[in-house]
Amino acid sequence: MKHLLAVEDLSREEMERILDRADSFAEVGRRDIKKVPTLRGRTIVNLFYEASTRTLSSFELAAKRLSADVVSVKSAGSSVDKGESLKDTVATLSAYDPAAIVIRSPHAGAAGLVARWTDASVINAGDGKHEHPTQALLDVFTLRSRLGSLEGTGIWIVGDVLHSRVARSCSLAFQKMGARVTLCGPPTLIPREIEGLGCDVSYDLDGLGEADVVYALRMQRERMTESFVPSLREYASRYQIDSRRLGPRQLLMHPGPVNRGVELAPEVIDSPQSLITAQVESGLVVRMAILYELLTGSDRARPERGPAPADTPTIGQPA
Amino acid sequence: MSVSENGSGGAPEAPALISRPAPAATLVVSGARLLDPRTGLDATRDLVVRDGEIAELAEPGSAPEIDGAEVVDGSGLLGVPAFIDPHVHFRVPGQEHKEDLETGTRSAAAGGFCAVIAMANTSPPIDSAAVLGSVRERAEREASIPMGFVANVTRGMAGEELTEMAELREAGAMGFSDDGLPIANARVLRRALQYQRLAGGVIALHDEDPDLSGVGAMHEGEVSAVLGMAGIPAVSESTMIARDCSLALYEDARVHVQHLSARASVEEIARAKAAGVQVTCEASPHHLTLTDEAVRTLDARFKMNPPLRSEDDRQALIDGLRDGTIDCVATDHAPHSEEEKEVPFEEAAMGVTGLETAFAALHTDLVLPGVLALELLIERMTCGGEPFGIEAPRIEPGATANVALIDPGLKWNVGEEGYESRSDNSCFGGRELTGRVLMTVADGRVALRQRTFALGVAS
Repeated sequence: MKHLLAVEDLSREEMERILDRADSFAEVGRRDIKKVPTLRGRTIVNLFYEASTRTLSSFELAAKRLSADVVSVKSAGSSVDKGESLKDTVATLSAYDPAAIVIRSPHAGAAGLVARWTDASVINAGDGKHEHPTQALLDVFTLRSRLGSLEGTGIWIVGDVLHSRVARSCSLAFQKMGARVTLCGPPTLIPREIEGLGCDVSYDLDGLGEADVVYALRMQRERMTESFVPSLREYASRYQIDSRRLGPRQLLMHPGPVNRGVELAPEVIDSPQSLITAQVESGLVVRMAILYELLTGSDRARPERGPAPADTPTIGQPA
Repeated sequence: MSVSENGSGGAPEAPALISRPAPAATLVVSGARLLDPRTGLDATRDLVVRDGEIAELAEPGSAPEIDGAEVVDGSGLLGVPAFIDPHVHFRVPGQEHKEDLETGTRSAAAGGFCAVIAMANTSPPIDSAAVLGSVRERAEREASIPMGFVANVTRGMAGEELTEMAELREAGAMGFSDDGLPIANARVLRRALQYQRLAGGVIALHDEDPDLSGVGAMHEGEVSAVLGMAGIPAVSESTMIARDCSLALYEDARVHVQHLSARASVEEIARAKAAGVQVTCEASPHHLTLTDEAVRTLDARFKMNPPLRSEDDRQALIDGLRDGTIDCVATDHAPHSEEEKEVPFEEAAMGVTGLETAFAALHTDLVLPGVLALELLIERMTCGGEPFGIEAPRIEPGATANVALIDPGLKWNVGEEGYESRSDNSCFGGRELTGRVLMTVADGRVALRQRTFALGVAS
């Protein structure tokens, strides 16, 4: 595996291989010295065109735990702000010969384009509303750790599906692992023909009782001004997950950051059923496992362009 | 090229097309299958062109020897009336890095076209007689096939105030269009339709409701849902077509609806025609052969407006073309530079080139599998000028020679040898197509011959 661009491209076996590796990194995380030398001397570039706290910090930390050199470029204050094209930025960063470029972009397909323009492995950390495969993998990891297997579980993804790359990647990943997925939200925030993902669709929470896992999505305030919903109040009254709606045996997930009191009632966030903190912990080890998978895989065991042997004379160099 | 009076009421006659001067051709194409659905011609003949005029359709081998005539071995080849495209973007003035009149007309000639009409969404737009006059002058120097220009319906394409349509018509506007943008305000369009009684000239409409399209980048459907891309719903087009046909009926005006993409649109046009609306319409080769499935690749070469739609929509377009609801094929040839296409799909410019591949793509995907008869395709590719007052060319003695010579069995890889267009944003790039135009005679002059196609000269 050279790139991680979309859950759509992943097989169940590939996902399980990454998750098994993440299990072993979780063990490393319980040691006093949490660092391993696997990626020593290799460079990882984080190229972020959108704000991010969790994804960026966990990729930085994951790379450092693997002893890689990390540089993070954010759009604010960079040449991107000065009108440089994505292609030119990638060419510039590729001059550092990075082993991997981790990219987040507001546009679908950006990671795929970067993969065409660089020799580095490319990891999609979110491309528009398209996919967010590392989030989906960490969510599967979190559920697998808790339940042992996703086979046969019912998962409801509730909220603003239209604007959510998490909803798309998670529906695909959960189904590949054997779960049944229902997408639920107001009709204005469920795209037409989203059934093409293979999931069910519901416009109300009446059937929520069948779910083993309730995965709430972030409801952004600007969706009101675009009149996708008349008010947050009405949204919350119909779709908020609270202790009344969340059954005692149901697990709760959320990709963060949470709007307390909108998509989730405060009491469920901190309940024992909530996996929200576990998701963040999983983010680190799963991203370590992804870097390991892409950068040390059998087909890319060593960097192709190693330094020239020290004793080779070079023209122009003092003898 | 002959031009007919096709305006309503006392409107002035359609302006002449323009091209740079070139010597009239004298040539003999021997033994080609000549096919002209309008005259009922379908026979192997020697096509004799003398001083730019079709002199004779002689029995094979019986063509007279003409001193200095080029002799073309037409055996195995297909000679048809050359095509007319009422919808191209040649980017002049202002965006000559994408295309200019020379590369644009060469690209058209390479696709077998003998006449094209360029749209007016240029920079600045063609909204005054001064700009129109300047591009027409350039065409006199640069255009290798006859071409005309439409002028804008509204000043600056802002959709608010009418251009000086009567003056523009006298200055040579083939018709009027704000193509690239819809005329969102129904009152403004209504005024333009009323004013047509004075100015003449068809009003060509890019029908799209900007509120329904929003920030959409592709067809709204399963593929857009899965990709998480904002969609352009089919009703964005069909509701505007319904509105504009109602207005045209009310004002007894003549409209031409551009680039139909959806089943609902075909149905609106069929209803309008049945109700007596003076409406014609076109569909593009890419909408007739591709669907939104191609967008799964997120390759910006498949981004255009209107977008590639579903297979059901595509089938409706094919049916519409077959039964005449859709009058003609138009390429909407829209060149863009590499920088505008080598970006994420949502950021990319809308539009694809189409002149060089139009016949080959439709021949490969619709004619060879038996979906559409070759005669019908030829008819629909030659009549696109009629709404603008340009008669379809004919292959018959006495007519000006407008002929495309095609090798119907030749397989070629699109883009392998580059393009005549300055831009390479072809949605068929890299595909193998069957059928290639080898030579185009436009307005009695040899406008283009493929490099691989050698000609002999009679001794």
